[in-house]
Amino acid sequence: MEFFFHCLQTTLVAAEFPGGVVIGADSRTSTGTYVANRVSNKITRITDSVYCCRSGSAADTQALADIVSYRMAMHEIEMGRPAAVRTVANTFREMCYQYRDDLMAGILCAGYDRTHGGQIYSLPIGGMMVRQKVASGGSGSTYIYGYLDSNYKPDFTAEQCVDFIRKGVSLAIHRDGSSGGVCRVAIITANGVERRTFTGDQLFVPQ
Amino acid sequence: MAKNCNFLVIFQCKHQSIVLQLAQYTLRKSPVPDCNRCSCFVRNAALESSGMALPKAVKTGTTICGIVFKDGVILGADTRATDGSTVASLNCQKIHYLAPNMYCCGAGTAADTEQTTKLISSNLELHSLNTGRQAPLSTALKMLAQMLFKYQGHISAALVLGGVDRLGPHIYSVHPHGSVDRLPYVTMGSGSLAAMAVFESRYRPNMELEEGKKLVRDAIAAGIFNDLGSGTNVDLCVITKDGAQMLRPYDVANVKGARQERYRFKRGTTAVLKTRLRKFDVQEEEVVSMDTSEASGSA
Repeated sequence: MEFFFHCLQTTLVAAEFPGGVVIGADSRTSTGTYVANRVSNKITRITDSVYCCRSGSAADTQALADIVSYRMAMHEIEMGRPAAVRTVANTFREMCYQYRDDLMAGILCAGYDRTHGGQIYSLPIGGMMVRQKVASGGSGSTYIYGYLDSNYKPDFTAEQCVDFIRKGVSLAIHRDGSSGGVCRVAIITANGVERRTFTGDQLFVPQ
Repeated sequence: MAKNCNFLVIFQCKHQSIVLQLAQYTLRKSPVPDCNRCSCFVRNAALESSGMALPKAVKTGTTICGIVFKDGVILGADTRATDGSTVASLNCQKIHYLAPNMYCCGAGTAADTEQTTKLISSNLELHSLNTGRQAPLSTALKMLAQMLFKYQGHISAALVLGGVDRLGPHIYSVHPHGSVDRLPYVTMGSGSLAAMAVFESRYRPNMELEEGKKLVRDAIAAGIFNDLGSGTNVDLCVITKDGAQMLRPYDVANVKGARQERYRFKRGTTAVLKTRLRKFDVQEEEVVSMDTSEASGSA
């Protein structure tokens, strides 16, 4: 039996727009060269208004997301108000940094809170945390740095931002062997979260 | 990931706390615990240095799978257990009981899957007595995933968990490192690629029972005939909201050929040299039980 662990070689993208954030991911989970799950959901709920995109080892990131989600639920009960996005990202960062030799987890933590609006925090492998307006992660992200840098505008509407994310993930899927499947997108605003799935025929294919 | 520790001896070591300490060592980087209490480490090290190879754990090779159909779930498994390239057991059971409404197929090391499912089954029973209700599938799933993650993949158990609870029928796959996938159809084990090929071409949502059973049987058969680690029979387990039905074996895919002749030797082929008759005196023995409960004892 092969002993490759379940890996999220992946494409994750996130972008801020005035009013919230849009995050997107592909849906391929591979074990070595075999695709173990071609419709996986890499956008995980931490709290009602903070979601995270997971890349790296599936087991590590699922366990991390579980633990952080539990701690944030306790935090919300103790504080009497929803956790801020920075708090969630910081909780992730604490664990990712402390166990950096044992974990393989790249996380994009994004959400909306009333104090600072939409925020995206990038936590690459190693335990760094940095806030970015546009962030990407996973093996497929290397193929779309140019696209993201040249096409992002800070004053996108929600729909334009979704289109930007969808095209980004599609281009990465087109070039990266470890990314594939469908494109999952989540739009997080003050009104809540809207989830969308773009199947193969709805992905952007360059001519 | 787990580094800097000799985990080969874990399969030999029955001392549970040492295993836990070693697992924690990989997560917390504390100094290696003093293993003098556990003599098997010393013995294993001595045997290894004298040139003896560590015995291989019995693996199940395996094709296991599960689907969600209209009224519930169907789990399937082959029945071959291998020890290297020898077939250790022709008819082992790979569909393990967890709860009346949940069963779990296991691939990987036979002992690991057996003990993991037994442990979680026992904890589920206690949980359900504690809460006064039938535990949902997500409870069993969390228990399994958290235990496997704790041992960082050294418990080689790849599981297909299936069952019906108050929220409907579910199938989950659990990987040895502790990651979980929820899907309408899953396959695991060395024959998983062959079985998945069958599912990808013929699975439809909301199938009828007979169609579902045939599909699972065909997927396991694909594993049996195309994978060296899987073989013999197809076991099925059908779980609906009315309960679970184990069909073991559902299909004997490989029937042993019937012998053409009788290969027994005739009486008298071996010459009898001496006959001696001994009489045994059989005495009747009667066991009378004594009531030793507290109620009957004197103060």
